[in-house]
Formats: sequence, C-alpha cells, structure tokens
Amino acid sequence: MKAGRRLGSLGVALAACLILVWSLFPLAWAMLTSFKTGSALFDPDVFATPFVFSNYVAVFKGQPFGRNIVNSVVVAAAVVAIGLAVAVPAAYALGRVRLRGRGLMLAAILAASMFPQVAVLGGMFELIRHLRLYNSLAALVLSYLTFTVPFTVWVLTTYMRDLPRELEEAAVIDGCSPPGVLWRVLLPLLRPAMAATGLLAFIAAWNEFLFALSFTATDEMRTVPVAIALFSGASSHELPWGNMMAASVIVTLPLVLLVLLCQRQIVAGLTAGALKG
Amino acid sequence: MVGGLARSQRRWAVVFLLPMLLALGGAAGWPLLRTAMLSLTDAGLSTEGARFVGLENYLSYGPDPAAYDAGLGGYYVLDVARDADLVWRPGSDSYFNADTGQPAPAPAENTLFAWRGVLTQPAWWRAVGVTLGLAVASVLLETVLGVAMALFLARPMRGRALLRASVLVPWAIPTVVGAQLWNWMLNDQYGVLNAALIGLGLIPRGIAWTAEPGLSLLAILVADVWKTTPFIALLALAALHLVPEAVREAARVDGVGCWGMLRHITLPLIAPAVLVAVMFRAIDALRLFDLVFVMTGNSPNTATMSIYARQQMVDFQRLGFGSAASMVLVAIVALVAAVLLTLGRRRGAVL
Amino acid sequence: MNTQPPSEQHLLRRCAGALAIAVGLLLIGWLLAAPADAAPRHGVPGHGVTVSIACSSTGMDQVACREGAEAWARQSGNRVNIVSTPSSATARLALYQQFLAARAPDIDVFTIDVVWPGLLGRYLIDLGAYVDAARRAEYEPALMRNDTVDGRLVALPWFADAGVLFYRQDLLDKYHLKPPDDWAALSADAAAIQRGERAAGNARFWGYVWQGRAYEGLTCNALEWIGSFGGGSIIAADGKVDVDNPRAIAALHMARGWVGTITPPGVLNYSEEEARGVFQAGNAAFMRNWPYAWALAQGQDSAIRGKVGVAALPAGPGGRHSAVLGGWQLAVSKFSAHPKQAAALVLYLTSRAEQKRRAIAYTFNPTMPSLFDDPEVLAAAPFLGRLRPVFADAVARPSAVVKTRYNEVSAAIWTRVHAVLTGEATAAGEMRALSLELRRIGHGGRW
Repeated sequence: MKAGRRLGSLGVALAACLILVWSLFPLAWAMLTSFKTGSALFDPDVFATPFVFSNYVAVFKGQPFGRNIVNSVVVAAAVVAIGLAVAVPAAYALGRVRLRGRGLMLAAILAASMFPQVAVLGGMFELIRHLRLYNSLAALVLSYLTFTVPFTVWVLTTYMRDLPRELEEAAVIDGCSPPGVLWRVLLPLLRPAMAATGLLAFIAAWNEFLFALSFTATDEMRTVPVAIALFSGASSHELPWGNMMAASVIVTLPLVLLVLLCQRQIVAGLTAGALKG
Repeated sequence: MVGGLARSQRRWAVVFLLPMLLALGGAAGWPLLRTAMLSLTDAGLSTEGARFVGLENYLSYGPDPAAYDAGLGGYYVLDVARDADLVWRPGSDSYFNADTGQPAPAPAENTLFAWRGVLTQPAWWRAVGVTLGLAVASVLLETVLGVAMALFLARPMRGRALLRASVLVPWAIPTVVGAQLWNWMLNDQYGVLNAALIGLGLIPRGIAWTAEPGLSLLAILVADVWKTTPFIALLALAALHLVPEAVREAARVDGVGCWGMLRHITLPLIAPAVLVAVMFRAIDALRLFDLVFVMTGNSPNTATMSIYARQQMVDFQRLGFGSAASMVLVAIVALVAAVLLTLGRRRGAVL
Repeated sequence: MNTQPPSEQHLLRRCAGALAIAVGLLLIGWLLAAPADAAPRHGVPGHGVTVSIACSSTGMDQVACREGAEAWARQSGNRVNIVSTPSSATARLALYQQFLAARAPDIDVFTIDVVWPGLLGRYLIDLGAYVDAARRAEYEPALMRNDTVDGRLVALPWFADAGVLFYRQDLLDKYHLKPPDDWAALSADAAAIQRGERAAGNARFWGYVWQGRAYEGLTCNALEWIGSFGGGSIIAADGKVDVDNPRAIAALHMARGWVGTITPPGVLNYSEEEARGVFQAGNAAFMRNWPYAWALAQGQDSAIRGKVGVAALPAGPGGRHSAVLGGWQLAVSKFSAHPKQAAALVLYLTSRAEQKRRAIAYTFNPTMPSLFDDPEVLAAAPFLGRLRPVFADAVARPSAVVKTRYNEVSAAIWTRVHAVLTGEATAAGEMRALSLELRRIGHGGRW
C-alpha cells in the first residue's frame, strides 16, 4: 500500500518533469542562445563559450522596444476587453435563449474565422485605409476582433449552455431581468471560462504578425512580434539570432506572469462549480 | 408567466446579439465579401482592369486564359512533338505558326482544350493532401496530449500553478519566432537535437530534419503540436473545473473506479468544450501558414493550402486565382467543421 | 450567492480593482486615440512636402538610408518619413504590393530588389525625364538595363550585390592549395580538406556550403552553375528559353553530386544564414554567399577571423566565371502625391557623392563602376577592390525580360532544381520539363 503510493508519487513527478521538458526546453534553449553572439551562436555546446548580456542591451537600443511592448499590451487588452464585452451577452442569447435561426447564426459566426488570413489581408487593408485607421493601434484592434469574437462567442456559448438552469430560474422568480440574471448569476459562474478564453485570446492577439506588419508603418506603432521580426543584423541577409532570442525571452516572461494571475480566476471556478450541485 | 419570460428573454436576446453582430460585421464583412468577389475575376496585382470570369478560376473547360496572347491575336500553343510555337485563333478555329503566320497542322497532343482552374491543379491537390495530413495528425496528437495534460494539471499537487504556467509557454511564444527556434534546434549542423543524438551515439552524423522531404513534414508536425497543445489543454482544464465535484463524489460513492470515472463521468462532461476547442484547432490547422512558411518556405513537399494561395496571390500576382483557392480552402474548412459538429451533436455540442 | 456580508478588505480589493480598470481604460483610450501620424518626421519644418521612403529595417541599411534621406531633407527644405520594412525580401514585396494594390500614397519611394522592376514596373513612375544622359552613363550598364522595363526607366540602382566564393585561407595553406579557379578544383580541394579535417577529429566538417532551399537563392545558385558551364541564362535576353541543353544538365549533375559528399544534405533547406552559420563556426572550407558575410566572418566574435579569403565563383569547364547580380534599387510610386520631390530624393540618394559616402562609411557596393577606382573608397574599404572583377562579370537574372512573370519563372526554376538536388528526379528530365513549362508560361519567348 505504502510502496504503491510512493510509486504513484514518483509517477506524478516523472510526468511533471516530462511536461516541463516538453514545454520549456525550446524556451530554455532560446534563453541559453540569447547569451551568445557571433560564431558562438552556431556552436551547439553552449557551455563551451562565455555568456554575455549584450543581446539584451541591444534589444532596447536603437528601437523603441519598450513602446512596442506597451503597444502589444494595449492592443491585446483592448481586443480581449471588447471581445468579451460583446461575446458574453451574445453567448447568453445563443446559449440560453431558444431562438430561431440560432444554429445558422453560430455557423455564420464560425464562417468568419474560416478564411485564410492572407486572403482577407487586402480587403482588410482597404477597410482600414477607408476608415483612416492606417498606422494606428485601433486598426489592429479592429482586425483582431475578426478572429477573437467568433472564438470567444463559441467557447462561451458552450459553457453558458452547461450551466444549471435552476439558478437562473430562481433569480427570475426573485424578479431579475435577463441582464440582471446575466450580470449577477451567470457571470460569476463563467469566470473560469472567461479567464481561459480571455487568456487565449490575449496571447493570440499578442502574437499576431501579418496584420500587425501590414497595418502599421512606423517603429513607434509596431507590436512585439513585428518588432522582433524587423530586428535585423548589421547587413542584409543576416539574421540577428541573439537579439531575437533575447527579445523573445523578454516578451514571454510577462505572459507567464499573466498566466499565473489568470490561474486564480480559472481555479476560482472550482468553488463556483461546487455551488452547482 | 413562463411565456412572458420567454418573450422578454427573446427581446433581450436581440439586444445582446447586436453588439457582437455589429463588431463582427463591421470588421469582417467587407474583407470576406471582397475575397469571394475577387475569386470570380481575373484580377492581377490589383483590381484595376479586372474582368468578371465567372467560375473560371475554380473549374472550366476551354482554352487557357493565361495562354491568350494579344500580340499573336489568339491562344499560344506549344507543339511539343514538332517543337513549334503555334497560335490558335478562335475566330477561324485553326492553328497557325506563331513565327511565320502560316497555317499549321494541329498539334498531336491537344493541350489547349482542357479542364482549367484551381481544382485541376496537381500542385493544389498536393497542398490539400499535405494540409489534411498535417491537420489530422496534429489535431489528434494535441487533443490526446492536451486532455491528458489537463487531467494531470487538474489534480492538486505542489507547484501546480507554476506547472500550469509553463505548459502555456509554447502558446505564448510568437509563431514567427517559435518556427525559427525549431529550425535552429533542428539544423543539421549546429542544431541541438543532432548534437544530442550524436552525443548519445544514436546517429553517426547530423540528420537534415527540415531538408529531407519525409522528415520535413514530421518536423513541422512536431513544432505545430508543441505550439498548439496548450490551447486544448487550457480549455480542457477550464472545462474540468466546471465539472461539479458532487457528480464525481456521487460516482465515487457508487464505487466507480478511476478508469470508469474518466471514461463515463469526466470525459463525457468535458466533451462539448473539448470539441469546440478541437474544432477551432482544426480550422486553424487547415489554414496553417506561418510555421511552414518560416520553416521550409515554398517547398512543394510541405506547401499547405494557405501557402499555395499566398504564392498565387502575392508571388505570382494572381489575386483572382489565389482568392479562388482561398474560397476552396474555406469550403474544405466548412466541410470539416460540419462533420465535427455532426459528430458532436450526439454528444450535445453547441449547434 | 455570497451569503456573508462583504468584509472591509473585500471592499478595498474591489475598489482597487475598479481603479486599476479605470486607469487601464484611460491609457488604452489615450493610446488608441493617438493620431496616426504622430510619427516623428525629420527635417526642417517649413514649406516643403513630406516624402515617405521605405527603407530596409536592417541595421546598417536603415542607418545609412536615414542619414542620406535626412541630408536631402535639410538640403532641399522638405521632410522625410522613414518607413522601416522587413529585411526579408519576400515579406517586403508582399507589403509593397499591398500598398500598390490599394493605390495608397503612404509610401513615395520604394527600395526594391534587383528582380522587382519587371514585377512592379507598371506601378512605378518613369524616372527617365529626371535623369540626363551624363548621369545615366555613370551607372553600371547591366543594372540600367535591368531597371528599364518596356523602355521606361522605373528605378535607379542604389547598391549592388553579387555571388562570391568565400574560402578558408588557413586551411588552403595547411593543405598546400590555392583558391580554386574552377569547379573541378573546388570539388577536389573541398573533398581533400574535408577528409583531412574529419580525420583530424572534426566530424562535423564539410567541404562546401551554399543555398539549396526552395527559394530565390537557389535560382541564383543554379544560374551561376549553369552560366559558368556555358549553359546560358535559362532565359536569354531576347526572351527565348534555353535550359534543356547538355551543359546546363552537366552543371546540375555536378551540384547533385556535391550533396551528401562535400556538401551537407541539410543544404537543401539552407538559405544565406544557415550556410554562413556552418562556415563561420569553422565547419566548412568553402561557401557561396553574398559579400555581407565578409564583415561578419571578420568580426570580433568570429571563429574564423583573419582566416577568410574571397574570390570570384569558380569557372566551368570552358573557363567562364559567372556571378548573379543582386542589390537594391530606388523607385517612385505612381500613386505618390509628390512625384517630383520623390524623384529628387532618389536622384540624391543614388548620386555619386552619396554612393561614395555609403561605400566609405558602410562598404555598400557602389553601382557606378568608376567608384571602384576611387582612391578614397579603396583606402577606406579595400574589400571593395577585391570584388571589382566579380561585379565586372556579374549577370542579371532574367527579371527585366519576363517582367510580371518573374516570380513564377523563378519558382519553376527553383522547384525543378530542388527536385534534382534531392534526387527525386533526374537533371535531364527536369530540365526538359522546365524548358516546356517556361515556354508555355512565356508563350514561346513572347513575354
């Protein structure tokens, strides 16, 4: 019995290790190479050459990388905020109200996210120029809504549908109107789902590249992935690998922090979920 | 009372849906419509001077519009057997020598009249095959991995918060950078994977993971699974937290074992949420682009449908034709989504 | 739901949360509302106009571009706005095409690759009216021909590039060899050095690295092999397709033979940087690359600093050397609101004085042959003197001939050549197929 439990906990530790290596090894490798320059970059034996910090210094020199990070945060936060704000009520309508044409509407929403990005790029560019949003962060927020909204609506609709009906009915009997039910009863229950989808949408917006490259022009308006991709060596063809890795490490850390913060929300669902029974 | 509630609910539903419809319609309406319209034209780099050509970009029978040569006053035809340049003039329905203008015999092999359009292109079907293969393998693998990870991460243990955060790291690295990173690690000469394998004595010399036709697909698959497993894992984890503890407790009291709990209680309860996650991943996988583009470029061995469409639209300046390819891609995505939803309906999915 | 009365701490937390959200919203609102043209504009504020120029984001390129453009702005009383674009040529072309397709006047001056005049020519103004005969004669004629599409001068050459051979001087000395003058010598030397170095303990050593990925760089390499064998330039100046010939096939046979023997199999996914990575780590004897690799190989942190030599690419059996011409041109958009000022900026940046400054300060290869003889240039950048013979022999890719079809032609070339190199198909079969394919695309040479 005791031996079996010890074996079990060994298995858990082993699995945890496997997951850690699989998820983190590439980033760890990036971190190791971010301390290398010149020919040392091309040497797989990372401990054979000295570690240097020059790449981290270079990232913030010569380009407004700090501003790029702020831009990314603002765009991703705005996309998540707007996306959730429109998706939660929509998910309520689609998930909890018996509407005619509900399936059709869900299908149409889904269809909007089926187009390959490169195909809608031209039309999106025309739209943004028409709205005079070119080279502004608002252009990015607008274009990112096209992939955030369908995703959040669908995911939240699923969760919304699975919430127990009794709570809602009780609230209605207490005199709550649908907005009240949504705000006071369903929203707290949805917190884990909202945290999860919000987090995924945040990261998707944070990482988006093609639209960000196409709809901004000046270094001050760039987001992080574009800024990293536009890092370049001293001369053409040269890939500034060390700088790119340093920058990737820098921008991944705040996301890890964000994930740790959102955990509380996702875990909070445990208690909310327990209320259901 | 109940009828009144339903009516008020329905009235409110419209109000609730409106902002979403406005946001989506405003942002996505025109670009999507434009792609659909362009696919019916022969637009080049821009829409300037584009003609409406119906379904020609998809499928049509007749002389190749690209073979039309205004200078020759007809369609250019290469007579391979006689090694001659011919021109076919629709007015007279006969062949002429393109250099001398003299009447010429019809070529032995008729290449002028044939089925045209993206649906007849071997390169397109190859891209479809590559994409479907990659998408199926990738989505299957990451679903299994992601759900397994979620089940593991849902158990209380020390350091769980940190473990959860680390699981999300691959999703948090920009794809453009992640793809370069994998290319770097898989490089045959200075990549760490080969160095490790050589160090362990498993292989004598570095393997060219991204250069050999068979291996390059595998390399892309691994990178894609690595990148996107967190997506499924996180959504499955959120769903697990919505499973009422009381249900599990009741099952436990009834003497349901570990495996039975998983099979009959936990998995069915998170199935709808996982299915939605799988569907969005499938849609993404079928449109796979930047990972492949960074790792192996336009190589036909690994070209996906999006790569093909981009090459036509951007590299070859065939906006109309590329848009048609995109629309076929959308149709394939829609088909896959419909199949997934039909499968899911039995399990109580959204639609 | 929350049956207990909210505690004080709870209220406090709520308050702080609300405050944080409010501040966040304000910040977001402010940043989103920031005017799009808040970007700094350089130059004298005054009566002139603002000209936007798309420069490469590459460090040295951008610095040099900015300095030149700002100098023009000061001198002419106009303003310039620098738009940084990706250093990847494919990404940059896509971006330009998007601007041109939308007829956007946001960029006046484009920095375009040597193979783009034909692709974009219809959307660029004719600079012919702004350039007099004396000025025209100063530029390298091959580049001027390249930039003239259907009789219109759509761009002016800014700086040049050409394929060159890098070699390890120390290893040649060690094995008592001279820089190879033809491919046969290169193959033999590479094999000998590789054998020796591997026996000496470096199992990762290879003889020769180049660019074999399915992309534009492979087209360049293939054109160089075929050209040096006397197999033509795939598409001749008059538009005729000439690739299904024994010399071209022999050239590809040779390259196919390298893969797996003196060249790592991974070269089939190498672009410039992967090749440089192997060479600069000291794991290859020879490398085909562009001159940019020189400064990096000689850098402080290079493993082969002071051990590198550069020469023209080896000749084929007939003794002919062949190098593909690369480099960048400046062009003015047809949709520019200020074509006159934009053309003036282009003329300024491609002028003799500015090219001399760029050659001295940053070793950019000038597009005016006479600058290679300039003593000040040679004193500041002796490397340029060694490239002179390479540039004299360099040939342009057939982009001006095939115009808008160039990318399609190049894709056909690199796809077929790649299939030969992987061993999926034979050189003879693929060159035959390529010839037919190109003839169909080009209507038998009527591009």
